[in-house]
Amino acid sequence: MEQIRLETSEYSLFYRDFRALNRINLEIPANRITAFIGPSGCGKSTLLRSFNRMNELIPGVRTEGSVLLDGSDIFREDVVHLRKKVGMVFQRPNPFPKSIYDNVTYGPRIHGVRNRSQLAQIAEQSLVRAALWDEVKDGLNKPAMSLSGGQQQRLCIARAIAVEPEVILMDEPASALDPVATIKIEELMNTLKESYTIVIVTHNMQQAARVSDFTAFLLTDEQRAGNMVEFGTTSRIFTSPTDRRTEDYITGRFG
Amino acid sequence: MSRDQYQTDLQDLKNQMTSVVELVKKNLKDSIRFLASRDMKGADLVIQSDEQVNHKCWNIEERCIRLIATQQPVAGDLRFIFSVLQITNEVERIGDYAKGIARISRKIGGDPLVKPLVDIPRMADIAIGMMEDAQKAFCEEDEESAREIPTRDIQIDVLYRQVHRELLTFVMERPTNMEQCMQLDWIAHNLERVGDRVINICERIIFTISGEVVDFN
Repeated sequence: MEQIRLETSEYSLFYRDFRALNRINLEIPANRITAFIGPSGCGKSTLLRSFNRMNELIPGVRTEGSVLLDGSDIFREDVVHLRKKVGMVFQRPNPFPKSIYDNVTYGPRIHGVRNRSQLAQIAEQSLVRAALWDEVKDGLNKPAMSLSGGQQQRLCIARAIAVEPEVILMDEPASALDPVATIKIEELMNTLKESYTIVIVTHNMQQAARVSDFTAFLLTDEQRAGNMVEFGTTSRIFTSPTDRRTEDYITGRFG
Repeated sequence: MSRDQYQTDLQDLKNQMTSVVELVKKNLKDSIRFLASRDMKGADLVIQSDEQVNHKCWNIEERCIRLIATQQPVAGDLRFIFSVLQITNEVERIGDYAKGIARISRKIGGDPLVKPLVDIPRMADIAIGMMEDAQKAFCEEDEESAREIPTRDIQIDVLYRQVHRELLTFVMERPTNMEQCMQLDWIAHNLERVGDRVINICERIIFTISGEVVDFN
């Protein structure tokens, strides 16, 4: 039995009257990579952003049902504390216009770490884990913006893991990167899952097939609300999906 | 994401598969017909035709590899392409059995047969019938049929044992018959193997349709 890290139950999300997610029931296993796939507008990013309550920044959003992290309702938790536990990496690398070192230590400082040697240790550890240390160790004070796109994205991953999250959400983390940088991110994800639970949204079906252990396929219904059509191990979804709509989507017959 | 060309390529693959199965069926039928009629030239044609079978099989393989490399097929498409590769291998081997029968036919040469051919053509008819129906089941994605076809293999096995016993008797009666009897026994063995190969094909058809891995052997 897989240990469950995140769980949604009859979870719906509305933008005012519009239902964007329709009664999603999902269990995301711990220390695994779970991919959300589906055509544009099916709600996969909205679902991903639900896990660290990013959608609350949008006016008029309300939810029904529950989202649990390690069995606790995330909506009852302090949002700053929640986001420490559930980090996020975005589509385009978004380092702060500061040094590499400041980027990685930003989170720990916010959360009260002041000791310099401790901060240096966190910075090194996070950059090593993000497979960036060897490339930047001699220039930690250089501006983050001077790094290549792939390096910037790994820096953002280092920044996310510097606060020791349990879950890392990734919204198309490699879509703005070249194939070599993409492979590095994918290899990195594979290493990171030993310590973290990773949830990724991707439009790249082959990426989902390559990196994830579990796949959820989402699709909009007639009312344009996102529904979860099928969830299962990635190997099953990509060899013998049970739902015809999943088969049609992953084989490129629609979408 | 338009995949019209991809769909056309998959359909082409099916057509190519049908074409090679047709040729192998013809070669198998001819190999037995020319054995019965002692037609050496006909046997030579079957032997030569196997080159064409191999060529068609390589062509199918090449297309499958290209589709995998360029289209990254998944789910039903992946199972289909994977099965085409496997089935092609089986069909190519059945082609080899037909060629083998034609070769034995050449070896027997102008000698009269020790006995009239009765059970060997029967075995061939059943095997070719199984092939024909498997081909249809593959094209029409008929799982029920793919599960029924292997049950007919028992008839081939029974006939094979019968032929084998009969040929042994001939050898015991007259040891000078030994060489030809062994050759005829080898032909019967080839036909028995055709049945087994068709069973493998049926297993692949079921896998293509449902994703279920079955073993009828």
